[in-house]
Amino acid sequence: MSTFFVIAILVLGFLITFQIAKASEYVSVMRGEENARKQSNKVNGFLMLAFLIVGLFGVYYCNEKLKGTILGEAASNHGEKIDTMLYITLALTFVVFVLTQVLLFWFAYKYQESDRRTPYYFPHDNKLELIWTVIPAIALTVLVGFGIYYWFGITGEAPKDAMVVEVTGKQFGWEFRYPGKDGELGKRYYKETNEAKNNPLGQLWEDKANHDDLYATQELHLVVGKPVKMVITAKDVIHDVGLVHFRMKMDAVPGTPTTMWFTPKFTTKQMKEKYGENFVYEISCDQMCGRGHYSMRGTIVVETQEEFDRYLAGMKPQYLVANPDKDPSIKKPEAPAADTTKVLASVLQP
Amino acid sequence: MSTEASMHAHAVTEHHNGHDGHNGHHHHHETFVSKYIFSMDHKMIARQFLITGMVWAIIGGLFSVLFRLQLGYPDQSFPILETFFGKWAQGGKILPEFYYALVTMHGTVLVFFVLTAGLSGTFANLLIPLQIGARDMASPFLNMLSYWFFFLASLVMIGSLFIETGPASGGWTMYPPLSAVPQAGLGSRLGADLWLVSMALFIVSSLLGGLNYISTVLNMRTKGMSMTRMPLTMWAMFFTAVLGVLSFPVLLSGAILLLFDRNLGTSFYLSDIVVNGEILSNEGGSAILYQHLFWFLGHPEVYIILLPAMGMVSEILSVNSRKPIFGYMAMVGSLFAIAILAFLVWAHHMFVTGLNPFLGAFFVLLTLLIAVPSAIKVFNWLTTLWRGNIRFTPATLFAIGFVSLFISGGLTGIFLGNSTIDIHLHDTMFVVAHFHIVMGVASFFGMFAGVYHWFPKMFGRYLNNTLGYIHFWVTFICAYLIFWPMHYQGLAGVPRRYLEKSAWNSFNQFGDLDKMITVASIVVFAVQLMFIFNFFYSIFKGRKVRTQNPWGANTLEWTTPINPGHGNWEGEIPEVHRWAYDYGKDGVEFIPQTVPVGENESKH
Repeated sequence: MSTFFVIAILVLGFLITFQIAKASEYVSVMRGEENARKQSNKVNGFLMLAFLIVGLFGVYYCNEKLKGTILGEAASNHGEKIDTMLYITLALTFVVFVLTQVLLFWFAYKYQESDRRTPYYFPHDNKLELIWTVIPAIALTVLVGFGIYYWFGITGEAPKDAMVVEVTGKQFGWEFRYPGKDGELGKRYYKETNEAKNNPLGQLWEDKANHDDLYATQELHLVVGKPVKMVITAKDVIHDVGLVHFRMKMDAVPGTPTTMWFTPKFTTKQMKEKYGENFVYEISCDQMCGRGHYSMRGTIVVETQEEFDRYLAGMKPQYLVANPDKDPSIKKPEAPAADTTKVLASVLQP
Repeated sequence: MSTEASMHAHAVTEHHNGHDGHNGHHHHHETFVSKYIFSMDHKMIARQFLITGMVWAIIGGLFSVLFRLQLGYPDQSFPILETFFGKWAQGGKILPEFYYALVTMHGTVLVFFVLTAGLSGTFANLLIPLQIGARDMASPFLNMLSYWFFFLASLVMIGSLFIETGPASGGWTMYPPLSAVPQAGLGSRLGADLWLVSMALFIVSSLLGGLNYISTVLNMRTKGMSMTRMPLTMWAMFFTAVLGVLSFPVLLSGAILLLFDRNLGTSFYLSDIVVNGEILSNEGGSAILYQHLFWFLGHPEVYIILLPAMGMVSEILSVNSRKPIFGYMAMVGSLFAIAILAFLVWAHHMFVTGLNPFLGAFFVLLTLLIAVPSAIKVFNWLTTLWRGNIRFTPATLFAIGFVSLFISGGLTGIFLGNSTIDIHLHDTMFVVAHFHIVMGVASFFGMFAGVYHWFPKMFGRYLNNTLGYIHFWVTFICAYLIFWPMHYQGLAGVPRRYLEKSAWNSFNQFGDLDKMITVASIVVFAVQLMFIFNFFYSIFKGRKVRTQNPWGANTLEWTTPINPGHGNWEGEIPEVHRWAYDYGKDGVEFIPQTVPVGENESKH
């Protein structure tokens, strides 16, 4: 019913507008085209100036209203550089924006048709054109210079002491693999993927490096201050690991692994202190991946080295989950529980 | 000076001109079918493109209103949606599959069917023969085929909306594997095949059109119309056609390989895929290959959309400020530079795909280089307005609006083209805001400017001015209301194509903003419907054009009769003696191109 009502009002409003428009056209024909044009010219010229002033105020208002909703402090080393680059670009473009928009609408207002003015025949001026070719070129060279300098820093080789984790995207969730104490991720072959056999990533068990790899879903743990290199891939379609607080992003492409690295600066706990109890590092999928794209959420916990070690120690290598016959804790069910933890811990601790 | 101004009438003579192929008189009987349906008259084909484009624009625009409803009011249900869309909007709430189908169709329809076919299809067809002084296109028959291939493409695309599994829903870029693997989603089934077939037909249409535009501009200019005397619209249409002819075939190849992967078991784009636990046998393909092929068209496509708008805006600003366009050669040069650079920047859409960072650096450089010719154009437009005598026709307003939007959207391109910033902003709402302003809305403004300016030539009547002014101001204000604050969502990192953000701690702070944007988009859509009404009403009932040259313009199309027949000029085609921009020269208000250069005329 309300929909019908809204439509009725719209139609009515339109009819009234149309009648007015029609009438004004008749009036303009009667008063002569020239006069009518001058009349509407004045109105539009004024509106141009009004739009400029209200618009610039709107830009200010919008910023006041929304600046609190964006961009907390970057939580990674690369994030700082990206924010710096962002602010440099913002400053430069803002100046150009205000300058050109003011000129545009001011000229439109100032030089609206008037009988007293003859337009100035001004077809070209090489000096002027040279100026506004060279100045943007210089400004852009600066931006390109900064940009590429940071870009190489961010995309360059990860430091030697970086920890490695593997991130795998699938419709619609995230899977993670830690390399275990050997620091090396074992080989995978996608045709070995078998959820029923507890091998969700298709790890090749004949590869010894796989035996201590740890598997987790949805929540990833990282160490504060320690560079992390992510090896990123996907199972089904292209996804994207979007880490908004770290300002990092990399596609997850099936069949073509990608990498990115960064150093988290703050633990989750520190961020909670700054931004409230609800704070959580989130992983968002940034590449359209199907019906659940908008809900493909993962989380990251950044913690101290001890907390991280404790976390890993609580996990069982996927090799043992998939091959229970190789699992010492199951082979010797009579062994006391304390021993099991010790054995596991010795396997896991670097 | 008014005698000088009316000298263009000298072209109207009774002579028949032997070497002109055919002349303005009709030798053959025109039936309804040959005049309105399978017409070979470029002006009729232009109208066909325009009206088909308008139908598509309503559909594509309506889709955006529908998904904006979901974005603005994610918790609310709209029973009317279920009435129209049945199972896709059960309980009045749009299903995610349907949301993505709407987004995909909105993008495809507006980028290709409206802003490519509807824009350059309309104005290249209408203006090229009229402004260079030709009776018709180089091949009127291919020109007709161009429209009918477009029509076929439209039928296939429309058809895909009604099949059981729904239309393609992988985004307008249709990246595989999502678009290649039917198990990955409903929209990857028959809908994707139809999308690809429709695009293939569309590409054929645009190649036929493009080849025609190029050969017409190069070969069929009237006597005296050297390349550097052509109006800037012609240069823009010419470069647009070149871009299309060189880049669309690459998309065609990409689409055909994707069809192979989907239906013939090849593995061009597929490798190592486990979808919903099902292991596919494809190995050795590269999903990124498609992105290279797609964006090799996809980026020039942006300029295929934008250049015609730039050309028309240059022309309209000059005519209505009664001043020559400032820096004609620089304008041509910058169009040329943009056309060249358009081919060299495609990988800036792929900075975060794992592209070699070293390669990425070159694409940063080349991308930001585009800002230089763009800056030249903006400053030249500003200088054209400076000390002019501006008449605010609806066309002028839209042209000024275009410049404003082009500045706003162009500047945000400097953020995205810089790979360092792009890492953060890639695939966020910032990108959506950026390309909607600079490519979507700006090109629409160019198109509207063109429609208002050349409507008298197309239909012999005027559009209603008051409705035109309302149309402009509401659209202009709403365009900024919708897309300006959207940048902030992008800076906050909100990813594109998220239909519901409540589950996210980082992205759920924009509820009110999303509502405001939705309301603005509904208002702006209603105003476009008003424009459509104005358009069709004015075709039949608008104020009649009574003078041959209503805007006092210099270009050749205004030397034709008010309602030109097939062949455009009665009698001989006029000869051209000067460039198109002698406005206000030596105190003369305007000097049409057909007026010979006087002895005492100053040089410029």
